[in-house]
Amino acid sequence: MQRDGNRNVTGQERVKVAALVSVGRHPVTGRPRRAEYDARAVEIGLSLATGGNLHLAHAGECSPESEAALRAYLGMGIAGVDVLQQPAGADIVPALEAWLRELGPRLVLCGARGETGEASGLVPFLLAERLGWSLVCGLAAVESVDGDSMIVLQALPRGQRRRLKVRLPAVVTVDAAAQPARQSAFGPARRGGLQRLDTPVTPDGDAQSWTTAPARKRPKRLKIVKATSARDRFKAAAAKAEGGGGQVLTGVSAQAGAEAILKLLREEGVLR
Amino acid sequence: MNDIIRRDPRTEWIARNRLHPEHDAVLARMGGSTPAAKWMGPNGIIRRNPHAVGFIGPNGVRRIDRSGAQTANAGASARREAAAAPTRRQIRIETPAFYVAVVADMPGGRLSAHDRDVLGLARQLADEDSAGQGAVLLVSFGESREDALGDAGVDRVVSFAGERFEGYAPEQRLTALGGVERQHEPRHWLFPDSSLGGAELGRRLAARLGERPATQVWQIANGECTGRGAAGATDVTRRLPRIVLALPECAEPVSESTHAAESIAPPAALPQALRRIEDLGAVAVDPSSVALAEAEFILSAGNGIRDWGGFHRAASVLGATEGASRVAVDNGFMPRHRQVGATGTWVTARVYLAVGISGAIQHLQGIQQCDKVIAINTDPGCDMVKRADLAVIADSSEVLAALVELVDGVKKEQRNAA
Ligand SMILES: Cc1cc2nc3c(=O)[nH]c(=O)nc-3n(C[C@H](O)[C@H](O)[C@H](O)COP(=O)(O)OP(=O)(O)OC[C@H]3O[C@@H](n4cnc5c(N)ncnc54)[C@H](O)[C@@H]3O)c2cc1C
Repeated sequence: MQRDGNRNVTGQERVKVAALVSVGRHPVTGRPRRAEYDARAVEIGLSLATGGNLHLAHAGECSPESEAALRAYLGMGIAGVDVLQQPAGADIVPALEAWLRELGPRLVLCGARGETGEASGLVPFLLAERLGWSLVCGLAAVESVDGDSMIVLQALPRGQRRRLKVRLPAVVTVDAAAQPARQSAFGPARRGGLQRLDTPVTPDGDAQSWTTAPARKRPKRLKIVKATSARDRFKAAAAKAEGGGGQVLTGVSAQAGAEAILKLLREEGVLR
Repeated sequence: MNDIIRRDPRTEWIARNRLHPEHDAVLARMGGSTPAAKWMGPNGIIRRNPHAVGFIGPNGVRRIDRSGAQTANAGASARREAAAAPTRRQIRIETPAFYVAVVADMPGGRLSAHDRDVLGLARQLADEDSAGQGAVLLVSFGESREDALGDAGVDRVVSFAGERFEGYAPEQRLTALGGVERQHEPRHWLFPDSSLGGAELGRRLAARLGERPATQVWQIANGECTGRGAAGATDVTRRLPRIVLALPECAEPVSESTHAAESIAPPAALPQALRRIEDLGAVAVDPSSVALAEAEFILSAGNGIRDWGGFHRAASVLGATEGASRVAVDNGFMPRHRQVGATGTWVTARVYLAVGISGAIQHLQGIQQCDKVIAINTDPGCDMVKRADLAVIADSSEVLAALVELVDGVKKEQRNAA
């Protein structure tokens, strides 16, 4: 599929789009960076709304490291990011909800999941529920936006796509199926502004009682053989991965062979 | 048949003594017409007659197949098979103390491996409470084609079928789950944390009910659950909440018991969901743009392809993603990123059609995950034919041409009919 991120989808110059961005964590070095999925969401936002109509918000602390990560979003060609200042261990949903209510965007773009903290991917769902907006997951591309609805492509497993018509305002989540984000340029990243906003803080009570540890390696599932005799156990242990019982058509004409293949393809439903 | 072995020492003795005048008659009585290959000796030791086992091979030499497939003594092998097939306990729960609800993805109407793991986890939660026996309630959407739900550990099934729940209808499904919540008040809701399946529906339900779910859970023990946080970098351990979204292999699937899997009527009056999302259907995707690793249907070319134009035409007519063996790539007929196998891409296709590929181990490694393999090859003895579910022994160009003709013919017919 040809996707051209630099071309604006026609006829929606006035759409107000918001993107919620977070500070990611590099999977190898562990350094703060722009979050992968959030950057893709911003990329979709840039293809929809030019400059002034795309509003970014980050709820969280604004330490020097996270500021560097947030500036990476500015380097994508964005004038400013609203930073809703929230201490670590705060529930950020009320703050984001208040920000969105005030801004009143038609479309809210979110990454599917954060890269730090609980990373449960629940924020878009909670926001959509509380605001009463529609919600679509796994967005691949926005095809068109008009008035009070938009046509989007949703990514399905195995590279398939589904077209949806979604009523606005809507919250959408973006994951690896969307177009990769453009590189961040250094100059615009320096020039852009981070507007720090003071917002009421709601502490996250539940999370106080959790214990968080570095991820343990998960035990590998063993192949359990329920055999009663030693011979069966040996056979199971020494078995070669073999289809077994395959049908072999020898000495048939090409037509007959093709028909047999076609029948199997139809049964499996891969032929469209 | 009576399973108690009654021994007659005299006939056994005659059976062992080949020189006894009644020997043949006794053998015939013991093992039908053929002499017995195996019997219980006087000291309780199994005795075998090597002359009675096996069969005469093509060269007139006796061959003995020790895999057990061809023993003369069919009765004994039947008994052994009965013992080998593990018997599952039948379990019926009349009045459950509580429910554990599982919303399975059921792609294509069948339980996925992930669904079975989550059902195993639900079974664990339903059985561990000493105060009362819980039941596993499966909530399924769409037509179910699974006939062994009970073997997966399901006690009750609520299925929502109908046009309303077809396609992408998360809002409708959510109201259905709300109905189940009101009617049965499950103690736990379990979802497979799989994208576009349970992951989405589970989070929607959690937001609707105002419950905080545990996501990416991979272990539940002692009333606590452990899930991955921070994109897999941390483990978060907390008290087990009501709604749990579990990863694959979170528990062992049920293997020792069979449950009733009774279907119960879905909640009668569901409120009409606000329809904010409309499914406009699947979009035709150019198969050559799909990454090889996630393609569903791959037509793969090897050294046995003579007519490359015909191969590419077949791929486009069948709507298959193209793959290749290393030889085809090295010879410059296919690009490197199309190579399947150990040094290429490990593919997960549902159907893999291998044309003129011999099935070297490096290639077979790459197609381990494929469900159905079809081979077109001129050599009936090659490894790909052994691996294949369907093998056609014929020339590749002819079969591909015939395939193209058939599919084109069908398409033309449909166009004429329309
Ligand atoms: C370190 C290493 C890594 C490797 N990694 C890979 C890898 O990742 N992927 C990979 O594919 N290979 C890999 N190989 C190569 C592998 O060992 C085999 O050489 C290769 O897979 C063979 O390719 P093939 O089956 O296309 O060719 P061949 O072995 O030549 O098989 C051709 C087949 O086509 C059949 N045939 C011939 N003519 C016709 C006809 N007219 N109609 C129908 N059938 C016909 C023949 O009967 C034969 O079975 C690797 C090898 C090494 C050493």
